[in-house]
Amino acid sequence: MQPTRIQKLFEFVRQKNRSALIAYVTAGDPSPDRTPEIVASLVRGGVDLIELGVPFSDPIADGPVIQRAAARALQAGTTVPKVLDMARAIRKNSETPLLLFTYLNPVLRYGLDKLARDAQAAGIDGCLLTDVSVEEAEPYVAAMRAASLDTVFLAAPTSTDRRLKLVAQYSTGFVYLVSRTGVTGEQAALSESLAPLIDKMRVATKLPLAAGFGISTPEQAGVVAKIADGVVVGSAIVRQIEKDPGGLESLARSLAERMKK
Amino acid sequence: MITSQPDSTGHFGPYGGRFVPEVLMAPLEELEQAYRAATADPPFQAELTDLLTHYAGRPTPLYYARRLSETLGGAKIYLKREDLLHTGAHKINNCLGQALLARRMGKKRIIAETGAGQHGVATATVCALFGLECVVYMGEEDMRRQRLNVFRMRLLGATVVSVSNGSRTLKDAISEAMRDWVTNVHSTHYLLGSALGAHPYPQMVRDFHRVIGEETRAEVLKREGRLPDSLFACVGGGSNAIGMFHAFIGDENVKLIGIEAGGRSLQLGEHAARFAGGAPGVLHGAKSYLLQDADGQAALTHSVSAGLDYVLIGPEHAWLHDRGRAEYTSCSDADALAAAKKLARTEGIIPALESAHAVHEAIRRAPTEPGKLYVVNLSGRGDKDTDIYRENFPELDAAGV
Repeated sequence: MQPTRIQKLFEFVRQKNRSALIAYVTAGDPSPDRTPEIVASLVRGGVDLIELGVPFSDPIADGPVIQRAAARALQAGTTVPKVLDMARAIRKNSETPLLLFTYLNPVLRYGLDKLARDAQAAGIDGCLLTDVSVEEAEPYVAAMRAASLDTVFLAAPTSTDRRLKLVAQYSTGFVYLVSRTGVTGEQAALSESLAPLIDKMRVATKLPLAAGFGISTPEQAGVVAKIADGVVVGSAIVRQIEKDPGGLESLARSLAERMKK
Repeated sequence: MITSQPDSTGHFGPYGGRFVPEVLMAPLEELEQAYRAATADPPFQAELTDLLTHYAGRPTPLYYARRLSETLGGAKIYLKREDLLHTGAHKINNCLGQALLARRMGKKRIIAETGAGQHGVATATVCALFGLECVVYMGEEDMRRQRLNVFRMRLLGATVVSVSNGSRTLKDAISEAMRDWVTNVHSTHYLLGSALGAHPYPQMVRDFHRVIGEETRAEVLKREGRLPDSLFACVGGGSNAIGMFHAFIGDENVKLIGIEAGGRSLQLGEHAARFAGGAPGVLHGAKSYLLQDADGQAALTHSVSAGLDYVLIGPEHAWLHDRGRAEYTSCSDADALAAAKKLARTEGIIPALESAHAVHEAIRRAPTEPGKLYVVNLSGRGDKDTDIYRENFPELDAAGV
């Protein structure tokens, strides 16, 4: 099977001896027409992979910053088809890997098989559904595999060894490590639970490991880059979009500078 | 014989399951194990039974509503008086069970969501009883319309957190409680108040309320020498209804009738009748019938009764519905208010607005079914709804002052 853009990216950064910088944006925030430009500025600043969040009415895993972004995006009329339009627009002049990042219900409503096909055609490379546990993943994973899309699952500090193995088994592309118990959002200090989680996960899989939740400053990103293969920054990016999208490129650059091993 | 039990992974047919972020998966496994162990532990069961009897006031009476029945001139209507329990509704059954379980698991902090405030009050009550910290999430809109219960919770020592997102009702309170649980899962037990959420909650909450139907079945057999023809219960998440129905599921001649909130009309956004316009979807940990728009976003809901004002129905009800074992209908705001007034004036019982929905359906059917035996689950009392009754019956308020 052909490697996906996501798989190629992690091979590329491994050879460069650095970590991949991953940015989360809520698609359609502040409006659907702005998203391609927002993504372009992040990529110019050095972001390697974009998590394209499909807004959901009840984002139980998200803190206030991303909740507000989802509300703005929904208010602006963002839907799954519109997010696919944004992906197509981004793909016109970018090969940056795109990961759909959302909750199950909007995907279920659109149709699992149809979403997998349409997302692949729009240039999306993989998908992460925060509220789909590996136990419930079978039909979803089958649909994504049929369209050659990566499926990324979450591993958490509370996951048992048995669960970490299952998460690794169902994931392709990379595994997303939740650095602490909690919702998305900036934190003053990095969680102490991340390093032991990375150690345990390395035993369970050879897949690249990206870490997120609570990583917001260049200093924190730099620390995580030393031990993980990818660093996800979400709320800090979304907050910048809320405040002034003009500052995104320099924010991305300040994070990208810290990706060295 | 028809039975209704989830499979080993918590699915009721195609519904239920465990759709939550990975952080909560291991804690849910731990909760399931603790629950199974407690179920098989005689001292746990004995302590729960003792509390239900001497603290909560079980068994509750099965009351023959003679004047109501005679006025309607048809079916003979009994009321299962869950409204007479301590704290004023059936909710205390589940709260005592889960609080004992939390203590057994070594959790010192309890969080809960509440719509009408009845589950919040019952949670605050058991936390006071066991000396546990208590935080209750409640939608801003519900805090406004159930002010009395907010005060009761605070008097009992609980912290009530106002939730101002989305529809500012039960849905948003559950989302906020889940965010708290994700964050504080090591120290905290989420005392979910309805037969909703990820496995094992729908099964566990049901089992703690199963006593409602067991008592009803034994008592009606003793009094009437036969089983009832129809059972009536309102359905928000569906805990009082599943508690009433469950002991009768194998009795195929007993009709199980669930009543959802018909609100102002059956247009999306104006009601909370999931079987009238909802479609299978996933929210708050489980798959079931969900009121949603064409893009899979949860819809806004409306009901005059905060306790029924929720977008998803408990997954076991979805399964009973699809198999045709239970039937579901809805009752409008106006009909529920009228039923409450009728019960007040024929029997001297002011019901909770939620329970008034079930009373309405019994009143509607009774005249056409002489000789039939009904039991209505009167799940809560109406004290908490006094302000809403005052707003809706202005002719009774202020006149003659």
